[in-house]
Amino acid sequence: MKKLILMTLIILASQLIHAQKYMTQNGIITFYSKTPMEDIEAVNNQVSSVFDGDNGGIAASLLMKAFTFEKALMQEHFNEKYIESDKFPKSTFKGSIENFEKLKLSSSATNITVKGQLTIHGVTKEIVASGTMSKVDENTLKAQFTFSILLSDYQVKIPSTVKDNISESIKITTNFTYKKV
Amino acid sequence: MMNQKFKIIFLFAFILSIDIYAQDDLLEMLNDNEKPETNYTIATFKNTRLVSGNSIETNSKGVLQFMIQHRFGALNSGWRDLYGLDNSTIRLGFEYGISDRFNIGIGRASYQKTVDASAKLKFIRQKSGDKNFPFSATLVSSVYMNTSEWEDPERENYFSNRLSYHNALLMARKFGDKFSLQIMPTMVHRNLVENASETNTIYAVGAGTSIKLSGSMRLNAEYYYLLPDQETGTIGGKSLNNSLSLGVDIETGGHVFQLHLSNSKGMTERYLIGDTTGKWSDGDIYFGFNLSRVFTIKRPKIPNLN
Repeated sequence: MKKLILMTLIILASQLIHAQKYMTQNGIITFYSKTPMEDIEAVNNQVSSVFDGDNGGIAASLLMKAFTFEKALMQEHFNEKYIESDKFPKSTFKGSIENFEKLKLSSSATNITVKGQLTIHGVTKEIVASGTMSKVDENTLKAQFTFSILLSDYQVKIPSTVKDNISESIKITTNFTYKKV
Repeated sequence: MMNQKFKIIFLFAFILSIDIYAQDDLLEMLNDNEKPETNYTIATFKNTRLVSGNSIETNSKGVLQFMIQHRFGALNSGWRDLYGLDNSTIRLGFEYGISDRFNIGIGRASYQKTVDASAKLKFIRQKSGDKNFPFSATLVSSVYMNTSEWEDPERENYFSNRLSYHNALLMARKFGDKFSLQIMPTMVHRNLVENASETNTIYAVGAGTSIKLSGSMRLNAEYYYLLPDQETGTIGGKSLNNSLSLGVDIETGGHVFQLHLSNSKGMTERYLIGDTTGKWSDGDIYFGFNLSRVFTIKRPKIPNLN
């Protein structure tokens, strides 16, 4: 009986030690729309994300209204008309790193692929992002990803009057510096 | 023995549940860590003008707005004037965002050759979430100078006689994402009136609304009610009436087109309240449009990537 309790405690303790989570509250996500008419860029530097060092799980969450544009009117149109931020205030991602168990993170950048579910504008789609991950020190991880989405996949409608100014394909880059929690 | 088995099962279930918790709730973990946010209402109206008068909206910091406002003559002026199209008045205006909530502006209207300057401060924003407030409020003040030649040059004419003012408190609430309502108590002060018996200051209460028809189109209405028992005097022998304007906003990128019908010939509060003699019922309806274009003079700082 005593052995059992001891075993339980050891297993529990190992679980706790083993559960290595890394977090950030100020991750950066940038998106780009490039057309012959106009290049648009927006940055959100308040992205929260968590990375599970045990299994390579990754989640991220952001507020659409926290994207900053170079023109105030663009930002208003983005929130009011295209993304409908009052109806769909958040965008989230939940996925994991492919073949994580075979990876060895080191101070040099390791190529990784992330697969998961991206939710924008209330629509969830699977995406695959490629990027790199590196260990800065014992408590710090850096991760960068790039991927592209189609506006139509997420039912974002662009009025015909600005169709030439906004690209159907949006390139997204992420830049996270995780700290161990 | 039974007891032992039960304990082992319990232990496994416990470990399993921990494992599931550890793997599955990364998003929940983020939610738990979230700070409460305040959501500021945006785009209560499409433009800094509801129809002719001001809306609570201000231009963002570093944004310059250029406005071309046009009013044609009254629809009832007959075929010889092509139902008013021959007699147009125009106002050109610039407004600039010193900050996101404080704007200054200048303008010049051909009607009575009026130059105006204004200041506008959005001092309360409608918000929900961590902090709450049910409506947005803006103060707007303008000074107007009539630069026409003196009617009677023989008389002693003071420069101050050319001036008039308006002050308004604008309060607006956006209900849902389709409907906005604005109330605006307004006063107009004219330094010079035609007769000594007339009051220099006129008080009015305005109300306006905007209804979103589609992503880029809105229907607007604006009404200024002159408070009763004021000796507001006459303009060209006609008494003053309440001003009612209806308009449609069409937005394309950086432009907003506003098409409207109004019984007011003027395009600023001074004339909406202190110079409206037309009546809808008599066909004194003026067709007009505003064309608004914004230029980003100073770009907002985009956060640095490193």
